[in-house]
Amino acid sequence: MLSEQTSPNNPETNSRPAGSAENDAGPPTLNDNDLLEMYRTMVLSRVLDQRIWQMNRQGRAAIVASAQGHEAAQVGAIRALDPERDRFYIYYRELTTMLALGITPLELLLGFLAKDGEPLSGARQFPLHGAIDRQRCDIVSFSNVVATQLPQAVGVALADKMRGEKRVTVAYFGDGASSMGETHEAMNFAAIHRLPVIFFCENNKYAISVPLAQQMNIESVATRATAYGIPGIEVNGFDPVAVYEAVGAAANRALAGDGPTLVEAVVERFLPHTSDDDDTRYRPAEDLEGIRDLDPIPATEKLLRASGALDDALDQEIKSAAQKIVNQATEDAENAPFPEPHDFYDQVYAPGSPGDQS
Amino acid sequence: MAEMTVIEAVREALREEMERDPAVFTLGEDIGARGGVFLATEGLIEQFGAERVIDTPLAEASIGGVALGAAVNGMRPVAEIEFGDFIWPAVNQVIGEAARVRYGTQGRRSAPLVLRVPYGGGVRGGLFHSQSIEVAFAHQPGLKVIAPSTPYDAKGLLKSAVRDDDPVIFFEHKRTYRLVKGDVPNGDYTIPIGQADVKRAGSDMTVVSYGLVMHYCLEAAAALAEEGVDVEVVDLRTLRPLDTDTVLESVRKTSKAMVVHEDTKAIGIGGEIAAVIADEAFEDLDAPVKRVAGPEVPAMPFSPLLEAEFMPSAEKIATAMRELAAY
Repeated sequence: MLSEQTSPNNPETNSRPAGSAENDAGPPTLNDNDLLEMYRTMVLSRVLDQRIWQMNRQGRAAIVASAQGHEAAQVGAIRALDPERDRFYIYYRELTTMLALGITPLELLLGFLAKDGEPLSGARQFPLHGAIDRQRCDIVSFSNVVATQLPQAVGVALADKMRGEKRVTVAYFGDGASSMGETHEAMNFAAIHRLPVIFFCENNKYAISVPLAQQMNIESVATRATAYGIPGIEVNGFDPVAVYEAVGAAANRALAGDGPTLVEAVVERFLPHTSDDDDTRYRPAEDLEGIRDLDPIPATEKLLRASGALDDALDQEIKSAAQKIVNQATEDAENAPFPEPHDFYDQVYAPGSPGDQS
Repeated sequence: MAEMTVIEAVREALREEMERDPAVFTLGEDIGARGGVFLATEGLIEQFGAERVIDTPLAEASIGGVALGAAVNGMRPVAEIEFGDFIWPAVNQVIGEAARVRYGTQGRRSAPLVLRVPYGGGVRGGLFHSQSIEVAFAHQPGLKVIAPSTPYDAKGLLKSAVRDDDPVIFFEHKRTYRLVKGDVPNGDYTIPIGQADVKRAGSDMTVVSYGLVMHYCLEAAAALAEEGVDVEVVDLRTLRPLDTDTVLESVRKTSKAMVVHEDTKAIGIGGEIAAVIADEAFEDLDAPVKRVAGPEVPAMPFSPLLEAEFMPSAEKIATAMRELAAY
């Protein structure tokens, strides 16, 4: 099996179809309207993310792991998938993924403020953790422990395969989680059984403070796919179209019964690991220099303007709409009450089963 | 009704549950053609095929994680951990994740998986094939923990475990597998999780136990009966949730209590039972609650005299019973 690598941050390779070494059918070509919709989601995510960070600094949001710098990768991946068909085992940096899957800014803010009505865990958990009602969308993030979702996603896909259901399960993780033993075990198991899984690694080059060179002795996480006999595709995670194409090809493989794919989207982390982190303690200033020049949101804006799909008026409308939505959501979330402990003992065990205390 | 061993009862429960519900499947190390190192799954791959009897790589974290994912997605996986001593890589998925799925999602997801775990010593297993590890799991809210001692209980409780909507850790004592025989009804029956069973009725003292050493308690009780001491033996069968009602009812009747387990004593099940009795039945007691348990060494040694030094035996239990009777 080949591991196709495109050079990150190189505009010449940005739109190169991924997975072509496998001769896989890619997804349908995106038109300007598709890209415009992706741009809207990225802008909304950025505005919301900035608001949450601000609320953390004001002491109103306890913790945030920012998605700034990951937006293009996340929106590109979801564009290639089917929210009604597929299953999403996310990790904590997936704000744009959540928005792209239809979770609203208010619902997300309820999580960051730990308010009643938070849709994943009723604010029992950190933001973005728990599960969305399955009838709505199969989004799951059971824990903060990195890489545990990978073998779980493999088990989810195993169940779908056993029942003959045609679905794709996506396991999201970062470069840090790629070092965990469970990542290896999950990829090995999925490859053996040719399960419909996409291992989607958002490589932002830092595991909290530890840079890539101290995490692995290889250039690309995607090259590890060779060890499992599956395709590994590295794409520029600042290019939403490239990510869309790579994930689309991986989804087609999964649905065709050809097994898992490892997709590595190379991104940058614009902010510290979380709001509790101080990256000036470990990240050299020159490391951050120039990174924001590659910001995928202005880059996508430029692309859309060049093709004539976006003008000043429309761009202004998109940005002020995002601001308005986030302002309203902020107000509504702030006005929402904290959950009372009246259901504190509910759902330890199944209602009515031995041990149930509800 | 047929007489069978514990391992045969486990196998029959698995076979019947897999016949009953297509969502039930099993995975683990060497469980296919080999039939499991203890032969718990012997014949299952021939009957149900490799898709429902999955030989896994030697990788416990993914056995736990894959089982969890499949359970969340509507299946009823029964995973075998080859030896309880090997379970630790899976603990992240079981205690860390499975136990919190329902609570952490407000019931939007559940994890109806079973982990079958051969455990315990007296089998010349040494430090890494003899451990009693049940207390680590019994401590965790969100899990259900079962430890049967007889073929009848093993079959009925394993069926309940498979049908339960929460994660169940099912501990099978290795020494009971072929040593303990008993009558088992033909066909389907279940035993409720969370109910202890009075294995021997008596009036002079209550002995609470589970697993292999529960049989040693019965032996010791028979010896004490000849000395005129009438011992009641309560088999917990389920370690979480604990059936404190049955324990307390017995203690209120006998006024003396003892807990016997193979696992080491400190911070153990015996301490929990003693605390429950002290909280709820202090005024009914005529003596301090006694504990007979494994000694405070890291695990059970290999050589026979050393192993015997570790294991609670009918003789050690009988001695403790005499002391308690004389109090």
